[in-house]
Amino acid sequence: MADVIAPALREFPVPPALRPDAMAESKPFVATEKMQAAIGFPGTLVEDWHDKAIAKMGELLDKYRSLSVYLDACVHCGACSDKCHYFLGTGDPKNMPVARQDLMRGVYRRHFTLPGKMFPKLVGARELTKDLLEDWYKYYNQCSECRRCSVFCPYGIDTAEVTMAAREILDTVGYGAKYTNEIIAKVHRIGNNLGLPGPALEDTLLGLEEDVKEETGADVKFPLDQKGAEVLLITPSADFFAEPHVDSLIGYAKVFHAAGISWTLSTHASEAGNFGLFIGNYEQMRTIALRIREAALDLGVKRIVVGECGHAWRVAYSFWNTLAGIGSGGNDPFARMLQSQLDHRYRQPTHICELTWDLVQKGALVLDKDANDHRVVTFHDSCNVARASRMGDEPGGQFEIPRALVRSVVNRYVEMRPGTTHEATFCCGGGGGLLTDEILDLRVKGALPRMESLREVADLQGVNFMATICAICKAQFTKVLPYYGFNRSMVGGVHQLVSTAIRLGAKQ
Amino acid sequence: MAAILAGLFYAAATVLVAGLAWRIRQYAGTPAPLKIPTTPAPTTSAGVALRLAREVVLFESLFKASLWTWLFGWTFHAGLALVLARHLRYFTDPVWGWVAFIQPFGVYAGFAMVAGLAGLWARRFLVDRVRYISTPSDHLMLALLIAIAGSGLAMKYLAHTDIVAVKSFFLGLLVFQVRELPADPALAVHLGLVATLMIVFPYSKLLHAPGLFFSPGRNQVDNPREHRHLAEWAARLETK
Ligand code: SF4
Ligand code: SF4
Repeated sequence: MADVIAPALREFPVPPALRPDAMAESKPFVATEKMQAAIGFPGTLVEDWHDKAIAKMGELLDKYRSLSVYLDACVHCGACSDKCHYFLGTGDPKNMPVARQDLMRGVYRRHFTLPGKMFPKLVGARELTKDLLEDWYKYYNQCSECRRCSVFCPYGIDTAEVTMAAREILDTVGYGAKYTNEIIAKVHRIGNNLGLPGPALEDTLLGLEEDVKEETGADVKFPLDQKGAEVLLITPSADFFAEPHVDSLIGYAKVFHAAGISWTLSTHASEAGNFGLFIGNYEQMRTIALRIREAALDLGVKRIVVGECGHAWRVAYSFWNTLAGIGSGGNDPFARMLQSQLDHRYRQPTHICELTWDLVQKGALVLDKDANDHRVVTFHDSCNVARASRMGDEPGGQFEIPRALVRSVVNRYVEMRPGTTHEATFCCGGGGGLLTDEILDLRVKGALPRMESLREVADLQGVNFMATICAICKAQFTKVLPYYGFNRSMVGGVHQLVSTAIRLGAKQ
Repeated sequence: MAAILAGLFYAAATVLVAGLAWRIRQYAGTPAPLKIPTTPAPTTSAGVALRLAREVVLFESLFKASLWTWLFGWTFHAGLALVLARHLRYFTDPVWGWVAFIQPFGVYAGFAMVAGLAGLWARRFLVDRVRYISTPSDHLMLALLIAIAGSGLAMKYLAHTDIVAVKSFFLGLLVFQVRELPADPALAVHLGLVATLMIVFPYSKLLHAPGLFFSPGRNQVDNPREHRHLAEWAARLETK
């Protein structure tokens, strides 16, 4: 692994000078044969990879309107070129969204368009050579699928869609990435991304009950597989023991306890994350989502609530209805069964922030803001929540609801610089299946823009806590903050703040 | 020459219309299996129409992204729209009132077009990021557009063309008659290049025009919890 070097923070962020091939060494470990086979992909690069890749590309062009439109519509205007945090942090021109797309667009032109067949040089059409395939593997694994570029493109071209297609093609020819594919196999085998088996989970939850009892004196429960509970909570498995994630889990439990809502976790679906999204594979995403429907039916719950996880919320909010009929209108027998079981006075699925905020508005919780007075808090919008999902009923609810919730539990709240929050938020640098240590250098560099705006509010306004509602953001920040001279405990969940402020037992 | 240009225009018009129709059918026929609007997105179809209208008329996203690109791009496109409208007078008899009204502005618009294009082209040389992503066809497209605008302006300011004859030529084309055309180099260049542009349209990055309307990131309603969204190929997985 190359040395990890954090770039210097810039006072006036400007696009960096181009540094061709600056990140040409960066790539994640390749998935082993066993891992590939476990999720139905060839184990190593297949003999006829070229033809297979082109055929798969043709198939995807027929299946996804996004891909076919996006590969045609780009005018090379460059509006997206300085929008990617990986480009801003590395200067590698292939990390400009348009250049990243062009790695695939060149091949598309060559094989699927008339001018590309007739005058390849003129239109930038290229053959898919072994070198280019290498570039695909490298640079499509240097995109966190954060969609920041799509906000600024005049045609809404979303590089994440191209990245997903590229990863799917790479997987079909036997060139998958270890981190994502290993996790997908684990979720199928054990039920969660971390490979935490049922008994271990039970143990952990019992431990948490004891901890909370000790701290608050209240009998806050962390139920598992409880049939007939009202709420099924689906949360990232990192919440079960990683720091600071677990503090949010404690927060959710306290909220349910204080509001008197019966709830449960499920061993069968003990994971909110859905890495099928990251490799662009619809079937994987669907299979992983179906576990949740199965758990909900099995436990007979009335509501499905999703914990603090960015891409999980995207999949839940935007895709669960499509993939598994969780929402309204699913029409296979199981989906119909689920519809009649769920309580449609509530949004299905609900984000934990929506649930808690509703309770706050109804006055159902006793909150002591002063308990958070040692904190000056800012909020980091996570990409998949900000640019790919919603909360509440109004467009932009995904920005307002978490902020409103934070403001209801802290006295001192500060916004980071405009242009780095809301839909223009910068990725933490570790999303999209890149949260793996062999590419730590990329992750550190990709965090640069976020670190710059954090530095600003830390220096000028004394911010010492950055709240976020994504497990990947939390894991990534705790790892990279020290490289920029921050304390790793500066980052935490919104429900961590709720957990500090909430007073138990005062109200029923 | 009139016969050659007439043939060229019929061919170009056929390629343009058939090519675009084919592409649009292809886009429309390709499923969008997942809801992927870039949020914050409108929650109603009317909201989506408004969002698209803002993109088409104001270049809203580009405005947020890069002021210079927006300024040049918008100037060029607005100029082009006016110039195209102005050219309606060659195809209508009598000329519609509003077309007559905009004639003087149409001329300024021609200069605005050239200025916008020059700005866009300058970016391709001066901004290293944009230079890096430019292909020969990007430059050629700008050259083609500038040549079209330049030859058009030349006919207005340098060597006047007999526009009455030009109009009669085009009115003739509309009823499948080949009439005389002034033997004028600027005119021949102008018309030849316009026909070229029409021919490359359905195969080039000019597809960004229809593309915008089919971009799922921009044209989808944000209502996945309320309405199920299922593509045909995805629905087939359910019966397995
Ligand atoms: S989706 Fe995000 S990471 Fe990927 S190219 Fe766009 S801005 Fe960069
Ligand atoms: S902003 Fe859109 S059209 Fe412009 S270069 Fe980027 S992807 Fe292409």
